[in-house]
Amino acid sequence: MTQGPEKPAVRRRGDRAGVVAVRPVLAQVEREARVWARMWRGTTLTGVALPWLVLAAMGLGLGGMVDQRGDAFAGLGYLVFVAPGLLAGAAVQFAAGAATWPVMGGMKWTGSFHAATATPLAPMDVYGGFVLWIGIRLAMNAVAFLVAAVLLGAVPSAWGVLAVPAAVLGGLAVATPLAAFAATQDSDQSFELVERLVVVPMFLLSGTFFPVDQLPGALRLLVGVAPLWHAVELCRGATTGSLGVLAGAGHTTVLAGYLALGAWWGARTFPRRLAA
Amino acid sequence: MITNLLAADRGVLRVLERNARANLRMWPLFLSGLVEPLLYLLSIGVGLTALVGPVSAPDGRAVSYEEFLAPAMLAVSAMNTAVINTTFVFFHKFKYAGTFDAMLTTPLDVRDMVRGELAWALACTTAYACVFLATMAAMGLTGSAWCVLAVPAATLIGFAFAGAGLGLATFMRSYVDFDYVHVVVTPLFLFSATFFPIDRYPSLLAQLLRLSPLYQGIALQRALVAGHLTPGLLIHVGFLTLMGWLGLRLASRRLRLLLQP
Repeated sequence: MTQGPEKPAVRRRGDRAGVVAVRPVLAQVEREARVWARMWRGTTLTGVALPWLVLAAMGLGLGGMVDQRGDAFAGLGYLVFVAPGLLAGAAVQFAAGAATWPVMGGMKWTGSFHAATATPLAPMDVYGGFVLWIGIRLAMNAVAFLVAAVLLGAVPSAWGVLAVPAAVLGGLAVATPLAAFAATQDSDQSFELVERLVVVPMFLLSGTFFPVDQLPGALRLLVGVAPLWHAVELCRGATTGSLGVLAGAGHTTVLAGYLALGAWWGARTFPRRLAA
Repeated sequence: MITNLLAADRGVLRVLERNARANLRMWPLFLSGLVEPLLYLLSIGVGLTALVGPVSAPDGRAVSYEEFLAPAMLAVSAMNTAVINTTFVFFHKFKYAGTFDAMLTTPLDVRDMVRGELAWALACTTAYACVFLATMAAMGLTGSAWCVLAVPAATLIGFAFAGAGLGLATFMRSYVDFDYVHVVVTPLFLFSATFFPIDRYPSLLAQLLRLSPLYQGIALQRALVAGHLTPGLLIHVGFLTLMGWLGLRLASRRLRLLLQP
């Protein structure tokens, strides 16, 4: 589609290729924050209560059965094993949801992204602010989760605080490419497919609930490229204080790679969609 | 009672046909609904079987963790299918897609719509349950031939949750309210003896958790899959039937208020 005549012919601030200015991005973040502030109750309830519920059910309930059996996790117990997995898993699941349907909302259902680009904001600013806000929500959720985990005795190491940035990075590694992808879609059907065929399998198999070496060889290789597996390794390394520098740097690099790739893609798909 | 509610008159069939046609056009999505419960079974079930020892089944036998988890996942699948169809999908049709407003311009009435949506949710639940049960049988996770009763039991679980879901969906104001659906469904999923037996809870809490409709469904499915049929199962059946029926009455009443001028 060619640009309509109502589009200004002058080069707007937003047309600067690849350069992201801070203030317009923050304006988009502010918009998301204001919307959230009007309906924070439901999401906060889930964000704060869910960690307790999940840790109690999987860590204590199921963990009680696992630990009865024997000493599979170097004497640390299943709760300590599963908590960082659930932290990273929750981050990735939240990020996947937050980076798909709301994009369709902004592009199509409510048109708020189009509205934003009618202001001095450029499509890139909308993308940047949108993703940054997901990062802020990820951090809020991760802190709530970590507090629950610490109080339930699931975090033996003080390095555990690093699990918060690790979970945020893991979430963003999924959110940036998915938001970019969402901007290319014309209906939300594919989101459900991504959720069921990519996100949920990743959630279940990335060393979240059981060590990956229990997986058959081919599946293990596949899990090796899953962003969630890298995030789980980082989080688990942090909460148990057992992460080597080299491994930590490796996992961080992979996640940063996903994030950068996603941002690169989003810098293409958002302007394309919002120019139409 | 259910046969009465599902009496296949023309209106209901029309709504069913509409949903079948719409879903046929997005068949990958329809099929993907099968995948999630199977994945839980294949990942957590298989992955944790090595970590968790044998668990006791309703008939007192010690079974592997997979065999313990499978009937629960069958019930969870029925709950999820029913809840998704009657809340998220229903609300989208109601508020955004205008499907029901369109139907009202035809000879269909609100009763047809409620029953048609319910019938569709139950058809999906039943179809998914058949595939799930066949997978369980192929994996050697079914105890007796009585396990075929798990399919109608899944339909009944679907009925309970579809009724409740339809009733509650009429109170939703926007998608934001769907967080409350998660607030209800997730704890049910986690604490209904899904992943570990109910006797691992303190006894008072265990008594309370027996009131969870998903627990009722899971207990029913575990007993049927193991072929352990007792008169006590009728309590589960009664509980689930009553829940679905109450939800449906609420939904019909609310929708008549909301849709008809």
